[in-house]
Amino acid sequence: MSDHHKETFISKYVFSLDHKMIAKQFLITGMLMGIIGMLMSILFRLQLSNPGESFAVLEWFLGSKWAPGGILDPNMYLSLVTMHGTILVFWVLTAGLTGTFANFLIPLQIGARDMASGFMNMLSYWFFFVATIVLLCSLFVETGPASAGWTIYPPLSALPQSIPGSGLGQDLWLVAIALFIVSSLLGGLNYIVTILNLRTKGMSMSRLPLTMWAILITAILGVLSFPVLLSAALLLIFDRSFGTSFFLSDIIIGGETLHNSGGSPVLFEHLFWFLGHPEVYIILLPSLGIVSEVMSINTRKPIFGYKAMVGAMLAIAFLSFIVWGHHMFITGMDPFLGSVFTFTTLLIAIPSAVKVFNYLATLWKGSIRFTPAMLFTIGFVSTFLTGGLTGLILGDSALDINVHDTYFVVGHFHIVMGLSAIYGMFSGVYHWFPKMYGRMMNKKLGYLHFWVTFVSAYGVFFPMHFLGLAGLPRRYYTNSAFPMFDGLSDINEIITFFAIIGGLVQLVFVFNFFYSIFKGTKASTNPWKANTLEWTTPVERIHGNWPGEIPSVHRWPYDYSKPGADEDFVMQTEPLKEGETEH
Amino acid sequence: MSTTKNNTSKQLLWVGMAGISMFFAGLTSAVIVRSAEHGWNSIDMPIWFWYSTFAIVVSSILLIIAQNQVKRGNSPTIYVVGALALGLFFAYCQLKGWEQLTAMGMYFIGEGSNPASSFLYVITFAHLMHVVGGLIALIVTAVKAVQSKYTKENYLGIELTSIYWHFLDLLWVYLFVFLLYSVK
Repeated sequence: MSDHHKETFISKYVFSLDHKMIAKQFLITGMLMGIIGMLMSILFRLQLSNPGESFAVLEWFLGSKWAPGGILDPNMYLSLVTMHGTILVFWVLTAGLTGTFANFLIPLQIGARDMASGFMNMLSYWFFFVATIVLLCSLFVETGPASAGWTIYPPLSALPQSIPGSGLGQDLWLVAIALFIVSSLLGGLNYIVTILNLRTKGMSMSRLPLTMWAILITAILGVLSFPVLLSAALLLIFDRSFGTSFFLSDIIIGGETLHNSGGSPVLFEHLFWFLGHPEVYIILLPSLGIVSEVMSINTRKPIFGYKAMVGAMLAIAFLSFIVWGHHMFITGMDPFLGSVFTFTTLLIAIPSAVKVFNYLATLWKGSIRFTPAMLFTIGFVSTFLTGGLTGLILGDSALDINVHDTYFVVGHFHIVMGLSAIYGMFSGVYHWFPKMYGRMMNKKLGYLHFWVTFVSAYGVFFPMHFLGLAGLPRRYYTNSAFPMFDGLSDINEIITFFAIIGGLVQLVFVFNFFYSIFKGTKASTNPWKANTLEWTTPVERIHGNWPGEIPSVHRWPYDYSKPGADEDFVMQTEPLKEGETEH
Repeated sequence: MSTTKNNTSKQLLWVGMAGISMFFAGLTSAVIVRSAEHGWNSIDMPIWFWYSTFAIVVSSILLIIAQNQVKRGNSPTIYVVGALALGLFFAYCQLKGWEQLTAMGMYFIGEGSNPASSFLYVITFAHLMHVVGGLIALIVTAVKAVQSKYTKENYLGIELTSIYWHFLDLLWVYLFVFLLYSVK
């Protein structure tokens, strides 16, 4: 029996318990935050390419206090960088990405009516929503939002008197992140338990779509690593507001010696990066799952090396817990310990290479359908590879020390983590839009969106490697104060130019998204001719997903172009024919 | 009560406890890193923390008996109420332990504090916050036990509360032994 019943506006759109609606809530909030975060990056890029020059747009957005005469205030510059990182890492690529696709796909792909606990699921979104409001409120406080970087290293973040952004803005940041962690844990618990318990008949773990594996592993990573960040945040709150000395020692500000003694700021880095590195994979893994799915469907081939793909994700997840020290090579770490972290970090190259190889092998001789989702999937493979290669340099302590805290690092992680994850997210949105809204997104606008994004994103982040190799430090307000960097100003202008183009073309996506919700071509039940269970649900979305019995599963999800089959796809619900072997 | 619901609720709890464990792993690993550096004070563990350890271990045992009783079809009420009383006594002991610490000149914050004492307060405070959750669960379980809502066939509530309470018990024993040696 379906659980479909009549709902009010409030129960359907606001305090919904339906996983599909909660997914949309995460998606729309994530998109809104994405626009805000991206706009921030364009504002501070204007300062980086044209230091000290006046831009009316800066004053228009930030007001005369933070951009007097159109010139960006240095404190606001730091705040914009901090908030851009925070929003993109946590709000868009963690909650926006996982919150959307885990909620939307888990019950649909494993064959369940809903998540294990619809109530916890709803709470997860509303904690996220309140966290969003608190974070956005911090943009409007008198001393400005947090400005110690998204990594909030003490002592800068621990002492309200250090910089204006360490005042109320930092407090609100910490409150927002604590709420965010609660939301993330509530969601993660639900994802794990739902996948393990509520699979339909026949859906063994070896028949799970790779999206489900990816989301399961992501959720496990989140449950094990976010609490450690919470412990660091708790200690930081005590240092900031109650005068403890966990991370503070021997500090003199404006001639005044503070009472704090015995604390260690490096301790914070250990705790932060114990979350921080798994967080990279919390961001990346859902996209690894999405692109595997989209790629198989659009090459009309089984994914190459299903078990190897699962194994690689498990290996990446495990290794992500023992590599955090590679963010700390220059903290005075014992060189032997540094070499251990170098070793564990470089080990990640192996499962990553397995994944790239399998992607290429899946593409090889496929009958590829270049849908916008598929283009973003191929874009993902490109950025995962390009960004991964520079990771080999940064993972090696001897090489990292030379480029640490330069734009080389900024270029690396934006490509491997930022672009890859957002491409996965775009791919997922284009691909599952028909299931979400019953309509198709416009293909031509999708192509425009992909190509301009792809070219401009490389235009932004590829040159950054050269800036970094030339020694340009990240986070600095101005490059013009150092004559040695004068020759790099042209590159900075090019980067900003591409950032603006890349930013503007996202409006095409936003338009396409909202226009298609109302005016897109109506979708059929299975527009991509895919095998997984979600494409057996009716186009009209109902609470409970299937009007009758939940279908049983008889095969894995990647029977594309199977010899002997009538069509080039065989849905998971099709029983094996007589004499047919399972892949 | 369906098996799926039973399994789901228990797994939710287990995964949640894994998350809580990582939170305390973060805090205790911070103590290990910090205590290896200079300026780490030694603190004598307050006697009240010994009492609280005894209380929570016994309360856990009472819950095991309660569960066995309900499985046999007997009333678990007296044992659940006993566990609740000892749980409340545990919380009282923790508060008294802090009082004893301040009397010894070991403060949480400000001038009289040092990293060792601050860690001791934060870790015991964080554990106590989780115990408050456990006490609420115990109160609900005790009320339901008094109302005879648990039967041989349906005792999921007692089971879930017990699992969480045993977890808090084990967690405290770990923290107590850990702190005993690390703040010495």
